[in-house]
Amino acid sequence: MRIKQISVFIGNKKGRLAEVTAVLEQANIDIRALSLAETADFGMLRMIVNDPRTCLQILRENAFAVQETEVIAVEVEDKPGGLHAILKIMDENNINIEYIYAMIEKRKNAAAIIFRVEDNRKAISVLEKHGIGLIDSDSITR
Amino acid sequence: MIWNKECESMNAGALKKVQIKRLKDRVQKIYDNVPFYKKRMDSLGVKPGDIQELQDIAKLPFTTKDDMRDVYPYGLLAVDPKEIVEVHTSSGTTGKPVVDAYTKNDIDLWGEVMARTLSMGGTTSHDVLQNAYGYGLFTGGLGVHYGARKIGVNILPISGGNTKRQLMIMSDFHTTVLTCTPSYSLYLAEAAREEGVDISKLSLKTGYFGAEPWSENMRKEIEESLRVKAYDIYGMTEIIGPGVAAECQNQDGLHIFEDHFYPEIIDPSTGKQLPDGEKGELVITTLTKEGTPVLRYRTRDITYLEPGTCSCGRTLRRIHRLLGRTDDMLIIRGVNVFPSQIEQVLFEIEGVEPHYQLIIERHGQLDDLEVQVEMNDQLFSDEIKKLEQIEKTIAHKLHATLAIHARVKLVEQKSIPRSEGKAKRIIDKRQI
Repeated sequence: MRIKQISVFIGNKKGRLAEVTAVLEQANIDIRALSLAETADFGMLRMIVNDPRTCLQILRENAFAVQETEVIAVEVEDKPGGLHAILKIMDENNINIEYIYAMIEKRKNAAAIIFRVEDNRKAISVLEKHGIGLIDSDSITR
Repeated sequence: MIWNKECESMNAGALKKVQIKRLKDRVQKIYDNVPFYKKRMDSLGVKPGDIQELQDIAKLPFTTKDDMRDVYPYGLLAVDPKEIVEVHTSSGTTGKPVVDAYTKNDIDLWGEVMARTLSMGGTTSHDVLQNAYGYGLFTGGLGVHYGARKIGVNILPISGGNTKRQLMIMSDFHTTVLTCTPSYSLYLAEAAREEGVDISKLSLKTGYFGAEPWSENMRKEIEESLRVKAYDIYGMTEIIGPGVAAECQNQDGLHIFEDHFYPEIIDPSTGKQLPDGEKGELVITTLTKEGTPVLRYRTRDITYLEPGTCSCGRTLRRIHRLLGRTDDMLIIRGVNVFPSQIEQVLFEIEGVEPHYQLIIERHGQLDDLEVQVEMNDQLFSDEIKKLEQIEKTIAHKLHATLAIHARVKLVEQKSIPRSEGKAKRIIDKRQI
């Protein structure tokens, strides 16, 4: 139920993000979800891609600082209160969230949220217990 | 093992007596025989008779590397040229070389201080020493040679280069002691791996490395890859060659042979003497050398004199391993800052050789230091708060070490330009 996220350190330099996407295009990497966070000094690009292994390798070869992290992708009902229902469960079960970002689940025409939590195993078991759908890595790499 | 117990373990009072007697004698000879120094001393209004105590040395003029080049080749000669039995020079890559001209006594002295150096790491007449320093005008090869011969070590004078042959000789003649530059020792270790030479089957146990600065980190690497105990040795052509100072088995500072080479630490910007324990530029006066004696040579090396006695039994003061060069020194908000100090802080945090750049700007009247540190796999985290924490930790440690506030900025790996493998570390944008 865990999926692999690729994080890339982006220096505060003009055109740097486009250099990442150029590398990804060349390697035929499809981005499924992404978030870009920034500080005054640097940016952090986090992505869910169809082929994390190649993505990691190709970015390393191009001298980017990259890291692979495990995150979970949660199906969210596309209606008001959909996200809140999940966050409420997490809060009640003391699951600490580092960050979240959104993803489109094309096949089901539903929304999905990527969660980076402190303890993946605990989060997965809590969500499953409450009947919340999790997206597995197969359906992302497909 | 102490080569010359009488001189190396002398009590402080006796040592001072020897030093002042030799200094007075040398200053008189220099004044009488070297027009360059006579002119310098006259312009400062100092006569040899003004030197009565050791602290009077501060009255004497400094000598710089440029001074020595200006008087090339024989302008510092203090004896009749027929007394000279050997000449060595610096490489002269940046201009005219510096000349060291030795009398017979000077060569004896060189052998003596190098015998002391090699004895510091326990080398005796039972050893087989492979001398991979270059033989020639360069002081490294023959300096080690004379010291080793005095001890009676079996010398393999192989000189530098020809790595395969080095490995063959090392293995066939059961070399126990290796002398070369630290970088060449690592090159040898790498070549041994490539050639399939099993280091553990060799007889190597000790290495004396010098002629270029090397870090504590590099020492670990050499000691592990060559299975030797690696000693730092210090010297320069301007003084005698190798044999000015060397590490004892404690590997905690280099004993300076101060009965022959009198050390001072000065503030490089004011020229004022600093007390033991305070960091500054090392200045050396030769107390016994006859051919080309030198007054207060400014080494541009940054170190400090380690106070306290050494458990090895030597009373000669120690200089700390070199902390940097005055050429690299920055004055930021009135504080002397050496890139090596910043490097040390980064090394402690990252655990790897850091790539960094220092950018200094002046905003109004205030200097602003930005330390850019390259991101690498060890530092990287997908959590921004952890990266910001790293910036804060580095800034905090820099403040604790240097007493200045620096802005720390993480930058992409390989974004700091590297020229010939050495990064351009300092960008000083101040217009003063």
